[in-house]
Amino acid sequence: MAETHSLQDLRQQAAIASKVFIQRDYTSGTICKFQTKFPSELETRIDKQQFEETIQTLNNLYAEAEKLGGKSYLEGCLACLTAYTIFLCMETHYEKVLKKITKYIQEQNEKVYAPLGLLLTDPIERGLRVVEITIYEDRSSR
Amino acid sequence: MKNCEYQQIDPRTLTTPTATPTSTLPLASKNVQRQRRRWEVFPGRNRFFCDGRIIVARQNGVLPLTLGLIFITSGLFFIFDCPFLVAHLTVCIPVIAGVLFVFVVFSLLHTSFTDPGILPRALPDEAADIERQIDNSGSSTYRPPPRTKEILINDQVVKLKYCFTCKMFRPPRTSHCSLCDNCVERFDHHCPWVGNCVGKRNYRFFYTFIVSLSFLTSFIFGCVITHLTLRAQGGNGILNAVQQSPARYPSCFHTYLVASNLTTNEDIKGSWSSKRGVEDYKNPYSYNNIFTNCCVVLCGPMPPSLIDRRGFLPPEDIPPIITTEQELPPFLAKNDTNMEETCQDFAVSCTG
Repeated sequence: MAETHSLQDLRQQAAIASKVFIQRDYTSGTICKFQTKFPSELETRIDKQQFEETIQTLNNLYAEAEKLGGKSYLEGCLACLTAYTIFLCMETHYEKVLKKITKYIQEQNEKVYAPLGLLLTDPIERGLRVVEITIYEDRSSR
Repeated sequence: MKNCEYQQIDPRTLTTPTATPTSTLPLASKNVQRQRRRWEVFPGRNRFFCDGRIIVARQNGVLPLTLGLIFITSGLFFIFDCPFLVAHLTVCIPVIAGVLFVFVVFSLLHTSFTDPGILPRALPDEAADIERQIDNSGSSTYRPPPRTKEILINDQVVKLKYCFTCKMFRPPRTSHCSLCDNCVERFDHHCPWVGNCVGKRNYRFFYTFIVSLSFLTSFIFGCVITHLTLRAQGGNGILNAVQQSPARYPSCFHTYLVASNLTTNEDIKGSWSSKRGVEDYKNPYSYNNIFTNCCVVLCGPMPPSLIDRRGFLPPEDIPPIITTEQELPPFLAKNDTNMEETCQDFAVSCTG
């Protein structure tokens, strides 16, 4: 019979082994984009392709949030014409996409990372500087 | 397939758990009753109002003066000039002045009370990771030399500097404001007139403020001249005439900055100036089109605040934010203590 544990229980029994920080990639400018280079610490835990897919999807979502186009210009012009009072009552496009990103990370944690003893932290909680991946001790190795 | 499976959890509960009144809190009794918000432990030199909704720099002494000047000048105009001009010309005059006045005040307040794009300081784990990557020399008893990292942005070499206060490599175009003690993204300047830094998130409000202020003061000046011409009187006109001149110069300067996608900071330092004598040294952030640059800077997507002022701190684990009073990380602080002791011993031995 399979033994199920919540990550919260394991935090008390099996301490955090280490943390990996995926830094920002500034080669295309100041847009929010993370490096897709696979860290060596994750080699024994997760498939390289899976990791790259997660980071690439995150990058695509951030690109969508910061996309310059008709919609963002319209939002900006409307905000300017109303003396920026609409920001007090309306959620910006960026904030809507951030919610999407939070949902995606939650989903990835539940389906992919938590079963492998890993946890992704939403970059917004780290000031969009890094994607923090917490590596928990592998209980099966005890 | 491993025998133990990890039950799905809500990862957000691990970082910012909701209030748990029944849990035992190891901290002082003052924290048992009320969960603290992040703005209460914010390490920068800022002040917060309305439970973290409003953020201003600690030194905002000139903001009341700015507001006072605008209100007094506009008030005098509405009281003394408008009745005469409405009677002799058109009712549109106070309407236009009113709209401009509203724009000026709203954009000023937005500039002053908005987070300019402050980057939260690196947490100890992250700071330690960065230190590990760049520090190969082991323990040192003196402040490490300035650290820089060179990267390529649109085929242009850009140097990223390490911020000793925030414990991270500053992203491009980010600068540390010494007055507010924060790293601010796309840092333009610290404006004492608005009592806040001007950066990525509030530059468009600042630009709207100075442009609308220019229009308002020019409009008031024009109306007052018209009033004087029609009435041949002095007095208030002189005060308004004096007021109108300064506002135009910042708006012309910033229009140039917006059109070239530059910040005041970069312009003053000459970061992308061709006069530096380096070939092909151009601004890598510019879209090489005045219209596109203006659209991007003024009407681009509104970035979110990164400092989460109103988020709750986890009760059992208040993050050890590195404050200005305790700038150095533990391993450096330990070495400094040793150095202090060594210095003291040396001093004693010299005098002994």
